[in-house]
Amino acid sequence: MLKNYDELSPVAIDCLREIGNIGSGSAASSLSEMLGKPIEMKVPNVCVLEYQQIIDTMGGPEKVITGILVRLQGDIKGMMMFLLEDSFAQVVLSTFMSAENVQVTKLDDMQLSVITEMGNIMAGSYLRALGTLTGLTIDMSIPSMTVDMLGAIMSVPIIEFSQVGDKVLFIDDGFAIDGVDIKSNIILIPEMDSLETLMKKLGVM
Amino acid sequence: MANLTIGISDLKVCRPPDVLVTYALGSCVGICLLDSATGVGGMSHIMLPDSTQATNGAATPMRFADTAIPMLVNEMVKLGASRSRLKAKIAGGAVMFTATSDRFNIGERNIAAVKAALRKEGIPIIAEDTGLNYGRTVFFYPETGIMEVRAASKGNRQL
Repeated sequence: MLKNYDELSPVAIDCLREIGNIGSGSAASSLSEMLGKPIEMKVPNVCVLEYQQIIDTMGGPEKVITGILVRLQGDIKGMMMFLLEDSFAQVVLSTFMSAENVQVTKLDDMQLSVITEMGNIMAGSYLRALGTLTGLTIDMSIPSMTVDMLGAIMSVPIIEFSQVGDKVLFIDDGFAIDGVDIKSNIILIPEMDSLETLMKKLGVM
Repeated sequence: MANLTIGISDLKVCRPPDVLVTYALGSCVGICLLDSATGVGGMSHIMLPDSTQATNGAATPMRFADTAIPMLVNEMVKLGASRSRLKAKIAGGAVMFTATSDRFNIGERNIAAVKAALRKEGIPIIAEDTGLNYGRTVFFYPETGIMEVRAASKGNRQL
């Protein structure tokens, strides 16, 4: 039985990578529909990283980002988290609310709920793609969002999955809207038995 | 003067003018201890409340409130601190995502476990900035005994 992410074979990691690609494509097209704007997808970079490496890659523990957390239930249990840089909030808020130069630490309730809803739609679309690919039923909780230091946001999965290990699936997901580069990162943490279910379904275990 | 950084599940001790810092506490708790007579200071960044509830908790004592705090005290005593003079300031233990139920309510449990462990050591808590829903970076200056808490949207606070 799988005990932690270190035990994943290279083939299994390739498989997760492919899931990441498909999910990201699906999430980006939902975002494009919502915004009514074409989205230029970049090839997502999917890898298994340590939490600390993710924090370092994204700009250090004190970098302020938007985190949207969704819990997974059903055949796959675990957690999914969107880590969005300011450019994401800017584009979304300028499209929906004509709000320019917003400061992400000073969003009002309406702005927060618009961004949370975008996260909701992207997560839903991501998980539907994953469900279709695997034939598994994946339900998600209502998303929860916060704007805060990256390190503090990451402490949530670090603590909850501390028994599983210090590595997670990290999807570095770039796209461009109206010529503006948007950086969005996703971490996907299935619980170990769910990861095993997933691997079996995909025929790599 | 050096800034000593304490990572997650880590602890360090120092003498003035060195400064102890831990970045971006979420549900974790930062514990600052000082013996003001000798200036020996220490900081611990715990992640979980109780080592006895974890499988193989003994392998990572700095991760848990119940094991990290006695360890920090011992390290400080080795550096010349007196156990009976130690005083504590603590920060962190937030709930980062309020809408989804935090399955373990870990922030609150961490704070409670830290307080229990300090009580067991006979160390009084003279200041705290805990709970609520935001991340905190903590600087601790053994030279003055000041704990400085920095938050993304709340500015700095000295305790």
